[in-house]
Amino acid sequence: MDPILSVQELSVEYATRRGALRAARDVSFDVESGETVAIIGESGSGKTTLAVALVRLLPRNARVSAGAIRFTRDGITRDVLRLDDEELREFRWRECALVFQSALNAFNPVIDIWSQFLDTARAHGMKDTKAVRDRSFELLDLVHLDPERVLRAYPHELSGGMRQRVLIALGLLLHPALLILDEPTTALDILTQRAIIDLLRELRTKLGFSMLFISHDLSLAAELADRVVTMYAGRAVERAGVEDLFYRPRHPYSIGLLRAVPRVTGALGSVASIPGSPPDLISPPPGCPYHPRCPLAIDACLAAVPPLLPVDMPRHDAACIRWQEVARTIGTAERHVAEKLA
Amino acid sequence: MTNGSPLIRLVHVTREFKTPAGVIKAVDDVSLDLDRGEAICLVGESGCGKTTTGRLLAGLLRPTSGELLFEGNDVWRSRGADQVRFRRAVQLVHQDPYASLNPVRTVEQVLAAPLRHHRKAQTAKQARAAARSLLQRVGLTPPDDFLHKFPHQLSGGQRQRVSIARALTVDPRVIVADEAVSMVDVSIRITLLDLLLGLRDEFGVSIVLITHDLAVARYFGRAGRIAVMYLGRVVELSATQELIDDPAHPYATALIGAIPEADPDLTRSKQRLPLKSADVPSLLRLPPGCSFHPRCPRAEAGLCDVLVPALTPIGGTRSVACHVAVRERTALAAATGPFRFDLPWVDIDKSEGSAG
Ligand SMILES: Nc1ncnc2c1ncn2[C@@H]1O[C@H](COP(=O)(O)OP(=O)(O)O)[C@@H](O)[C@H]1O
Ligand SMILES: Nc1ncnc2c1ncn2[C@@H]1O[C@H](COP(=O)(O)OP(=O)(O)O)[C@@H](O)[C@H]1O
Ligand SMILES: [Mg+2]
Ligand SMILES: [Mg+2]
Repeated sequence: MDPILSVQELSVEYATRRGALRAARDVSFDVESGETVAIIGESGSGKTTLAVALVRLLPRNARVSAGAIRFTRDGITRDVLRLDDEELREFRWRECALVFQSALNAFNPVIDIWSQFLDTARAHGMKDTKAVRDRSFELLDLVHLDPERVLRAYPHELSGGMRQRVLIALGLLLHPALLILDEPTTALDILTQRAIIDLLRELRTKLGFSMLFISHDLSLAAELADRVVTMYAGRAVERAGVEDLFYRPRHPYSIGLLRAVPRVTGALGSVASIPGSPPDLISPPPGCPYHPRCPLAIDACLAAVPPLLPVDMPRHDAACIRWQEVARTIGTAERHVAEKLA
Repeated sequence: MTNGSPLIRLVHVTREFKTPAGVIKAVDDVSLDLDRGEAICLVGESGCGKTTTGRLLAGLLRPTSGELLFEGNDVWRSRGADQVRFRRAVQLVHQDPYASLNPVRTVEQVLAAPLRHHRKAQTAKQARAAARSLLQRVGLTPPDDFLHKFPHQLSGGQRQRVSIARALTVDPRVIVADEAVSMVDVSIRITLLDLLLGLRDEFGVSIVLITHDLAVARYFGRAGRIAVMYLGRVVELSATQELIDDPAHPYATALIGAIPEADPDLTRSKQRLPLKSADVPSLLRLPPGCSFHPRCPRAEAGLCDVLVPALTPIGGTRSVACHVAVRERTALAAATGPFRFDLPWVDIDKSEGSAG
């Protein structure tokens, strides 16, 4: 079966005063039906750009300079980059809904939650107010909120966790097959964050949608993802199943990220920051963008941008010519990298 | 625990704020001791009073009641030389270095001003030399690359290093770092924490790190203690490893169980303590008794909803403000031999007495 979403060599650039800023470069990955894929990477690596590009909501100074986005539902494949305005409007909520990073900015602050549901529904051709009301009740129930109370409230009257739930409910309004979430739990307190994670897991089981979420927080990927894509400087540098990514990473940047985030329980292991900082995306370094920070870099790393190479695990590739070197140190055991390196 | 007399202490400190809706106790009866060279983390969810506690420790907020002692002297009653000494001794590093650094000052100017003001440098030349060595100390090398930069020309991590260098201009004895790494990228947090820990090892600076991030607290506090706060009170204060391995307060247990971990097997198989309610009470309408009791799965009617539990030592390095945990743990400690399955519970009157 075709993947529900297939992103192929997608490149996005922003026009800036200093020149073209290449925020996403040759990014390819698939989301299979029913699967949850996480995109991880430090801030500025191009995650939000990618998410926004997928639903074609990029700001004016941005353009997709290459690549394709294919979306398949019920055996019909569509090229998202070629949809006209009308098709796009349909696509955005019915096929694929984006839940934004900042749950407060995502709302219109001067209208109540009911009006937000109604506006969204009307914009997509749901004219029957009663039906919209029923659907809103159903969804708010599903995200464990009190529909009566919440629909009457204004965004600022709700807590951060409640707003995030409302946004998730709103995203599900038109039964999308794919939910894209940008940093869905960032800035929430621990217990609220836990509740949102559990909620997403529950909804996914109940409703069977696929999920693509984006986070700088590795623990969210560890919780929810089936597969993980690591991004660095606009590029997908590693793609792997979640356990492979955490226990058998093959790209030095993935290892750097994993060691930079200590676990709370369990052994501390070898914890360390990544030296240096990410490159300037207007004039990136030659060759592998990670080489200036990479402990394994050799001259050959400067010669060319490494393609994604299949590694010693199935359905797993890494954009690193030294992945075999990495594999020798990390091995294949089911243990966290920080412990293996201790 | 403390040996001899602690460097700095909060003794039963309460701090109220007037808000349009009424008076709140942002910090309620908090006592904390900090030894020379000690690292302690204050953790808890937003609004629990971490920042207010930090500002009380730094002498930037006056307690509504209770005392702040520095080397045994009541800071808010001392004046003159003692006041000046305290002001220099305790430095605050803010969450957002962008907001705390003057945008039109170069790094050199940021560091030279306090150096000259506190007479650590007499001439511009001395100030520059001192600034250079501070930059070196905080890992901004070579220092000459940074002296003439403005804050906007630095990365978040570099700005935070400048803030730390500025705190060091006065040879502080205590640094209160309020969410000092929360705004820098995950990939570089550890080096900043190491920098702070290095100051402790090298100069014996005591450090209070305020964070909402338990992973940060676990790493930073691994050789020290963690204080968990809830609605203005310290609910548990324990050595870090003990707190992580075996939290005593149900709120601490819930937090540690709830935190997602960057490890799929670990995080998907964690033991959780589900709470009775997700609603955090307002500081304006705190429940009677233990303010956690409406959410607490272990709360006992007639006890937890009536009596406010005090932070009570339960042996070793640990203290907890929970009637049930205190009773069980004291009973456990009292039970001898491996065959006592029926633990003799301390009777309620007694545990109330020890907790009150
Ligand atoms: N509207 C914009 N104009 C110019 N540059 C932008 C714009 N939005 C993002 N960028 C730049 O694109 C890069 C990637 O940003 P983003 O996609 O937000 O990354 P992430 O979500 O991983 O933090 C960054 O260098 C960022 O500064
Ligand atoms: N200056 C102030 N005036 C009124 N209320 C305040 C003030 N400072 C803090 N508060 C309130 O005190 C409580 C604790 O705040 P704070 O110490 O900032 O918590 P934390 O740092 O743990 O998030 C919050 O309810 C906050 O709104
Ligand atoms: Mg982003
Ligand atoms: Mg705070």
